Amino acid sequence: MQDGAALERARTLMMQALDGEISAGERRELDDLITGSPELVAEWRRLRRVKEVTTDMTLQNPPAEIWDGYWTSVYRRTERGLAWVLISIGVTIPAAYWVWHVIRSFLADTNMPLFLKLPIAALAIGVLLLVISVVREKLFTARRDPYVKEVIR
Amino acid sequence: MLQTADAGQTDDGALVRRAQAGDAEAFGLLVERYMRRAYFAALALVSRREDALDLSQEAFARAFLARRSIDPERPFYAWLYQILRRLCFNFLRDRRTRARTFEAAGTWLADEAAERFRSDPADALARREAQRRVAAAMEALPAREREVLALKEFESLTYREIASLVGIPVGTVMSRLYSARRRLADALEEP
Repeated sequence: MQDGAALERARTLMMQALDGEISAGERRELDDLITGSPELVAEWRRLRRVKEVTTDMTLQNPPAEIWDGYWTSVYRRTERGLAWVLISIGVTIPAAYWVWHVIRSFLADTNMPLFLKLPIAALAIGVLLLVISVVREKLFTARRDPYVKEVIR
Repeated sequence: MLQTADAGQTDDGALVRRAQAGDAEAFGLLVERYMRRAYFAALALVSRREDALDLSQEAFARAFLARRSIDPERPFYAWLYQILRRLCFNFLRDRRTRARTFEAAGTWLADEAAERFRSDPADALARREAQRRVAAAMEALPAREREVLALKEFESLTYREIASLVGIPVGTVMSRLYSARRRLADALEEP
């Protein structure tokens, strides 16, 4: 039975051996660790089997013609990105002005009965809360994205 | 493979400088130089060709828009790869929350091995089945383990190169590889 540190070391050396990144001395160390441990012998056999399979695996080539228009597609994307930014600005500012105008006239309208004013106000507040919630969630996710920060020691 | 990129660093740097000065064609040359590598890196992570194409192109588009922030003295691909992996990880995270369309595992892999063992149909069949199992298990791996495994198996990078590209210590590369391979071994032994 191996202790935890020896197991950890054996596993590290197994990876190095599988990937051809092991020195002669480390190879002897690995053999010594494995010898007499049926558990490690079995693990080593399983890992070698995986390596055999993955070595045979290659990624599928796409149709050759996609490379011809690749850069053009990238360039068009950047153009479209700019277009969307301009459209968003063009839509958001007038829309915000229009919403503000509607709210003002709604609040100023003394003829509208209260039973209509209250549900419309509830609807407006609900939509506002929903937008705030979605934006907050997006910001929260972006800040806590586990893939953004990799620990460098 | 990183050495190749490093060797071309001077050229990359010159192209980056030209792109930063407003020469879009120079950036186009960088795209042509790295489009295959970026595409295959994305494919190894997201499995579907259409998604890999979309994500790799999106990474270049974002790189183009942010080209003024590139350091011409540093390898271009390493910088691009940070954008690409982030896009792929976000894509995987979003996809896992959506209902996935059924697709046979391993359709992103070439069938070259089966061709090689065509002389022995039984062996070819066994290998194909093993590959199908491993491919399915790879698709289910945690994204960061899959990333390291893909860089090792499909790009044949050294541990040091992977560590440098991903921004993690070499020990973490090995522990992620071990964890990934152990999961694949379990998948191979499933009845």
